Amino acid sequence: MLNVRRPNPARTAPTPSRRGFLAGAGAIVVAFRLDTRPAAARGPDLASVKAQPNAFVRIAADDTVTVIVKHLDMGQGNTTGLATILADELGADWRTVRTEFAPADAALYNNLLMGPIQGTGGSTAVANSWVQLRKAGAAAREMLTAAAAFAWKVPVAEITVADGIVRHGPSGRQARFGELAASAATLPVPADPKLKDPSEWRLIGTRVPRLDSVAKTDGSAVYALDIRRPGQVTAMVARAPRFGGTVRSVDDAAARTVSGVLDVVRVPSGVAVIARDTWSAMKGREALKIDWDDSAAETRSSEAILAEYRARAKEPGLTASARGDVAGALKGAARVIEAEFTFPYLAHAAMEPLNATIERAADGGYDVYAGFQFQTVEQATMAAVLGVTPDRVRLHTHWAGGSFGRRATPSADYVAEAAQVLKAWGEKAPVHLVWTREDDMAGGYYRPTVLHRVRAGIDAKGAVVGWDHVMVGKSIMIGSPFEAMIVKNGIDATTVEGASDTPYALPAYRFGVHNGREGVPVLWWRSVGHSHTAHVMEVMIDELAHAAGADPVAYRLSLLAGAPRLAGVLRLAAEKAGWSAGAPGEKNRGLGVAAHESFGSYVAMVADVTAGDARGGAGADAAVKVNRIVAAVDVGVAVNPDVIRAQVEGAVGFALSSVLRNRITLKDGAVQERNFDAYEPTRMSEMPAVEVHIVPSSVAPTGIGEPGVPVLGPAIANAVFAATGRRLRSLPLNLAGTKGA
Amino acid sequence: MPNLTVNGVAHAIDADPDMPLLWVLRDRLDRTGTKYGCGIAQCGACTVHLDGQPVRACQVRLGDVGAQAVTTIEGVSGPVAEAVQAAWRRLDVVQCGYCQSGQIMSAIGLLSGNARPTDADIDGAMDGNICRCGTYQRIRAAIHEAARSLA
Repeated sequence: MLNVRRPNPARTAPTPSRRGFLAGAGAIVVAFRLDTRPAAARGPDLASVKAQPNAFVRIAADDTVTVIVKHLDMGQGNTTGLATILADELGADWRTVRTEFAPADAALYNNLLMGPIQGTGGSTAVANSWVQLRKAGAAAREMLTAAAAFAWKVPVAEITVADGIVRHGPSGRQARFGELAASAATLPVPADPKLKDPSEWRLIGTRVPRLDSVAKTDGSAVYALDIRRPGQVTAMVARAPRFGGTVRSVDDAAARTVSGVLDVVRVPSGVAVIARDTWSAMKGREALKIDWDDSAAETRSSEAILAEYRARAKEPGLTASARGDVAGALKGAARVIEAEFTFPYLAHAAMEPLNATIERAADGGYDVYAGFQFQTVEQATMAAVLGVTPDRVRLHTHWAGGSFGRRATPSADYVAEAAQVLKAWGEKAPVHLVWTREDDMAGGYYRPTVLHRVRAGIDAKGAVVGWDHVMVGKSIMIGSPFEAMIVKNGIDATTVEGASDTPYALPAYRFGVHNGREGVPVLWWRSVGHSHTAHVMEVMIDELAHAAGADPVAYRLSLLAGAPRLAGVLRLAAEKAGWSAGAPGEKNRGLGVAAHESFGSYVAMVADVTAGDARGGAGADAAVKVNRIVAAVDVGVAVNPDVIRAQVEGAVGFALSSVLRNRITLKDGAVQERNFDAYEPTRMSEMPAVEVHIVPSSVAPTGIGEPGVPVLGPAIANAVFAATGRRLRSLPLNLAGTKGA
Repeated sequence: MPNLTVNGVAHAIDADPDMPLLWVLRDRLDRTGTKYGCGIAQCGACTVHLDGQPVRACQVRLGDVGAQAVTTIEGVSGPVAEAVQAAWRRLDVVQCGYCQSGQIMSAIGLLSGNARPTDADIDGAMDGNICRCGTYQRIRAAIHEAARSLA
């Protein structure tokens, strides 16, 4: 399952620029089998998972219950969520629950929705762990119960467990978990422990305090950037200013004279300065004189890439899905709306820039400290760099200061680079590789730039008759180790998701795709393909509703008979937002709605927006102000309702700046936005009031890290239309200078 | 050799006087609760107090600190700090948490000079602190709650 191979340029490099990029990065490609069948197809696998209490929980003599977390917590609260699931089955006292990040071990800690890979993504942490952690908790509870029954010589059936206490009612005997843990640990693990009935849950569905709130409010939480190993040095790498560029020559004489600089070494990605501390490393790197070779680099500007996309979108492309006679339907339509949507590259811009610390241990193995999100891939890739077997590379996972997808790269880019620096420097001391904000933002792995072209037709009564959809964008998976598993007939499921599988009952529908060919590394960005497909679908549907003279909520509902959970959140959001009453009767204020399913979770939002310039038009000073967002979500069982609310509030705060202004642009191949001044995240004064309503459900839980993101943009764009009559399709929204409908 | 008083303790620092206070704290004194986010005073993750006033540590040179007392998230104390940290915990404000040291130091600065801040006051004091996770709604609520608990 785990074959380490060198990249085969003939297969992974459709263009010279891509080959240049791979060669420039010195990429080692590690092949994996990744199971991407829909979760429903794998239900039995999740349910038949073994009870493994020893892998997931440790009970100490002092009653502390430590839940082992196999996922990365980058802020989404999954440590609290996963601990809640196990602790509830166990019958633990929440005040005694702690968490610890698991080591890399794909056999024990694989993501059950990713096959034999340990990793966090696709909003799967709670979904894939739900049965696994319940069984682990239930097995541990039964072992504690058995230990008590043996010690007290009473029947197991007369024993109850709650709040960290094991009790025998008839005799009044009781013991704390810590008193029983040692003897319980000697007992066999029950193969099929009895799970609690939902009526017995005490923690699931309630508000439990987050387990990371204290450490993250007193400065004691340790992130990768805070690792301080004895004797460690700081490394900073000068990388090519254009993707695919390489070093032609370097003059490091001045850099070597900078106080605190210890050495300068070549690595596949560029030139590394090794220094006593961060400041010296920065100054040393500034003093390097490098002649870059751009002969294999991507040197086009963003507009040129989009122009190529626009031309290609005139051709039908590869067919991702098709039903009915689209051409005939559009020919016979009473009205056809043709629309183009463009989306820019987006940086993840997590608050903690990429970094990792690596050291050679006395036993010849390696210890690495980082916010690992793709442990199996990262471990294998570093092992290949270092020339050891993966088990000799020990991963120590720390709190991550955000990620939004960036810390999980199929190439394990930045941790592999840390290993390359350590190796190039002769493993003399622990190396902390630090990317500055500018490195992080200009370093690629962006949400792809995408262009959609849609032609949709309605009949005289306003009903949709046909929908012809073509998309151009660079695939995330083509050229990655997962290509063989995820890409079918040239179509990357993660690129077309959310549109090719639309739940709307469109009688004639075709979705065609062209894969982008530019040499810019792209990656999943919080909600992946849904970050653009949902926007196109939900803005187009809104346009059709208005063209039909129909209410946008009612129009959607008429097309969602086959998607009851999506219809459910749409109705709930509309009701809670006072949709039928409309926006407050102010100039340039309007409501907009959007609903979308992603990663098995359903979210609808109603946006209340004030838009326009001082005169109510769309002059140069026209702006969009989001007043309020009302969201409804259906994630199945709501394990931690307050964490769910926090994730939806946060999705609004995270995505708002990408709706209003964020874009990464290339000028002659060079990234223009390099820090928060030019790529400005949402700020406090822009944050709308966010209300989150959760649909009660007994269905197995799905995730909420990502699904709040896709619907924000279309809800706002549709509200801007309601407020101003201006139909803004592309992101970021640019109201200034637009014409009224 | 510049002297630096951090959280009440004096340190002799052997470093370039041009080195930003942020890196002195993190790399020389291992006070890592103060975070690096941008290095150009755009994000506020490195907010500390100089004689009680919030400043961006990435913009303060070691040589310019002089006798001013530096307070970091690890050393902040007193009724306002306790009220702010307690409110942050009661409302579970944090997500990734990386920006929250700076958010809390800015909030303590605000409440130290303004016992009952309005929403506009909060916007003014907190707009320089970026939270990429988007926890602003809870930060605002926590500041109001801390103000109430101090009243």
